[in-house]
Amino acid sequence: MITFWFAILVLAWVLYFVLEGFDFGVGLLAPFLGRDEHERGAAIRTIGPFWDGNEVWLVAAIGVTFAAFPDWYAVLLSALYLPMVGILLLLAIRGVALEFRGKHDSPAWRRRCDWLLAGSSAGVVLLWGAQLGVFVHGLALGADGTVIGNGLGRSLAPLLTPAAGLGALAGLLGTVLLGATFLALRTTGPVRRRAVALARHAGNAGTVGLLLAGVATGSRLTLVAAVLCFIAGMLARQGREGGAFAATALGVAGAVLAVFTAHGSVVLRSTLDPLWSLTRSEAAASPSSLKLITVAGVLILPGVLAYQAWSYWVFRRRIASERIPS
Amino acid sequence: MDVLDLTRLQFAVVTIYHYLFVPLSISLSATAAGLHLTWLRTENRKYQELTKFVGKLLIVTFAVGVVTGLVQEFQFGLGWSAFAKFYGDVFGPTLAIEGMLAFFLEATFLALWYFGWERLPRKLHAATIVVVAAGTLLSAYIILAANSFMQNPVGYELDATTGRAHLTSFSALMTNEVVLAAFPHTMAGAAMAGGGLLLAIGVWRLAADTGFRTLARLGAWLTLIGGALTALTGDHLGKVMTAVQPMKMAAAEALYSTTTGAPFSVFALGKLGHEKPFLTIEVPRLLSFLGTGSFDGTVQGIDDLQAQYVAQYGPGSYVPMIPVAFWTFRLMMGAGIAGMVLAAYYLWASAGKKSRLPLLPAFLQRGAGVPGWAKRILLLSPLLPAAANTFGWIFTETARQPWLAFGISKVADGISPGLTSAEVIASLAGFTLVYGLLAIAWYKLVVHLSKKPLTSEILDKSPAAEPAPAY
Repeated sequence: MITFWFAILVLAWVLYFVLEGFDFGVGLLAPFLGRDEHERGAAIRTIGPFWDGNEVWLVAAIGVTFAAFPDWYAVLLSALYLPMVGILLLLAIRGVALEFRGKHDSPAWRRRCDWLLAGSSAGVVLLWGAQLGVFVHGLALGADGTVIGNGLGRSLAPLLTPAAGLGALAGLLGTVLLGATFLALRTTGPVRRRAVALARHAGNAGTVGLLLAGVATGSRLTLVAAVLCFIAGMLARQGREGGAFAATALGVAGAVLAVFTAHGSVVLRSTLDPLWSLTRSEAAASPSSLKLITVAGVLILPGVLAYQAWSYWVFRRRIASERIPS
Repeated sequence: MDVLDLTRLQFAVVTIYHYLFVPLSISLSATAAGLHLTWLRTENRKYQELTKFVGKLLIVTFAVGVVTGLVQEFQFGLGWSAFAKFYGDVFGPTLAIEGMLAFFLEATFLALWYFGWERLPRKLHAATIVVVAAGTLLSAYIILAANSFMQNPVGYELDATTGRAHLTSFSALMTNEVVLAAFPHTMAGAAMAGGGLLLAIGVWRLAADTGFRTLARLGAWLTLIGGALTALTGDHLGKVMTAVQPMKMAAAEALYSTTTGAPFSVFALGKLGHEKPFLTIEVPRLLSFLGTGSFDGTVQGIDDLQAQYVAQYGPGSYVPMIPVAFWTFRLMMGAGIAGMVLAAYYLWASAGKKSRLPLLPAFLQRGAGVPGWAKRILLLSPLLPAAANTFGWIFTETARQPWLAFGISKVADGISPGLTSAEVIASLAGFTLVYGLLAIAWYKLVVHLSKKPLTSEILDKSPAAEPAPAY
């Protein structure tokens, strides 16, 4: 049961990082790939109907973490207090910038929203990447199961480690690649051309980055992700945009999977003493709780996946980024 | 302030802010669904225009609700991790089920509706907004059930070895007598909140378009009916509360000694303590009726309850802050009633076109239209239900102190270990700044959207032509 819920939890986080990853990427790239307000608007419209549904995967992922592994949820969030608050604030700015952009006619309002969107997307991606890095590296968990130290030092220090830096970089690369391949797939005209060109370069850079990370950490999944990244760049060059996006998404999924399975049954590694690490069974909720969310999940999640897939199908047409005279 | 007070303050700030937008989303989605169905049935273009207008208000409001609601889900781990560990087994599944069942539904179907005007068959398209409205109700119910556990813990047992709460019955959690009473009360309050917003916008733009007249009257009816239902359901909730948390209701009246046939004070001047305040306006026996359903019922006083709790839970103070409880309770009711009066006045003033009483001054003439000064007062109508909702929540949560979950877990035991004032001050500053900016942007957008003529929505064709499907 615990293993099953661990798998569901990883699935929710993987879906979150892949789905919201491409809309982070689009938000980040829109001001750079769109040269005027119309082109930027077209780029942002590609995620208009989806971003909110994508973000709910974060609600699901953190909710499942809370429900199935309450101790993990409690230790992780309280230990990384400030970076987590940072993510929440940036997500707030981002969501509102996205939703408010098109509701006002003034070009100044739209420009402001575009930059807020790009800035907050970049910030969120860097913070998430850094946190995933911290996660692999581990935290200073003491014998009582809480993180040693207090205050600003405790919740900011983990971000100043090489692991966090590497994570932030990988997060940024993955996001750019996801955004570029998604835009290449979902637009026509100038934005599409620029997105394809960017995807090619980002694919190569990502391959090199992931190869280095793979060699440094010895993670086979990271090496697989590097290969997928390379394939994505190649497919983008050949004009096979659907394939390029799929390869990137698989690569990101693999990287997230690698993070969550880095220490076997240990969900939060203690950097002080391996015995103090938090394991799956220690962090898990009681059997009755797990049974309840199993029943609920089995009943609800297939429906969620079905109607989300339907919404992607309803909005499957490309968005034209060139001006078409009416 | 120490770190505990700061963390409580932060929780209060982000929750109250979030709850300014939630009732609007609940109410606006139901209104949009109602208008959309009316348009389908009557084919009257006015209703389509209004549907689209309310839809835009809903989208911008929902966005703020979503981003501030996300914070709520993280709060328990951030500042209250000891509490999250203690009762994660009960709260975690509830939040997870809310996310999977209701929130996905709202977010996905709202996008399908908003972007789907020309993509979906007419009836299917109308169904999507009905799903959104149902999703908001479902979401509210589950969250209120989680809150009701803290008011009246049910469906759990305490694990003797770990000292933690374990869930034993999810159905008991979902049918807690407190949630059964709180849900209708909260939803009626939400209807009022949305009604107040529509009334103000409608009155402000009355001259611009006949559609806004419909909007204003719709808003006024929502406020009035919502208000009446809030009062009825509030009476029931008060009786349930008197049974499960007598201290809360005693604090609401600052009633120190157990009294049979207790009066209700409408107003009090002076210190609220064991002595009678300097001046009170009382309705005899009303408190007994409100609390027990009988004018001769006995209402327990604060002193007796304190003694009883010391015997039951050990030494300590179990008395919440009396002035806060006393005044928030009255401000809640006062703001709600004031909102209803405004709505009733507007309905009366705008009821007919012809003046039937020519001798009366202009503002008393039925149907003479709304005079300028009344218009300006009516613009305040969104603030009154919002204030009533806020005071209601402050009352509910502060008059439960010192408990997090009544009778089993205290606030002081719930805070994250190692958390310092500096961290909470930093995050509180961040939330205050970002939330302040969100409020300004939301207000500017609502004003901007309301300034456009209603017909512009329909003439607006989607700007970009759309070629081949992407896949």
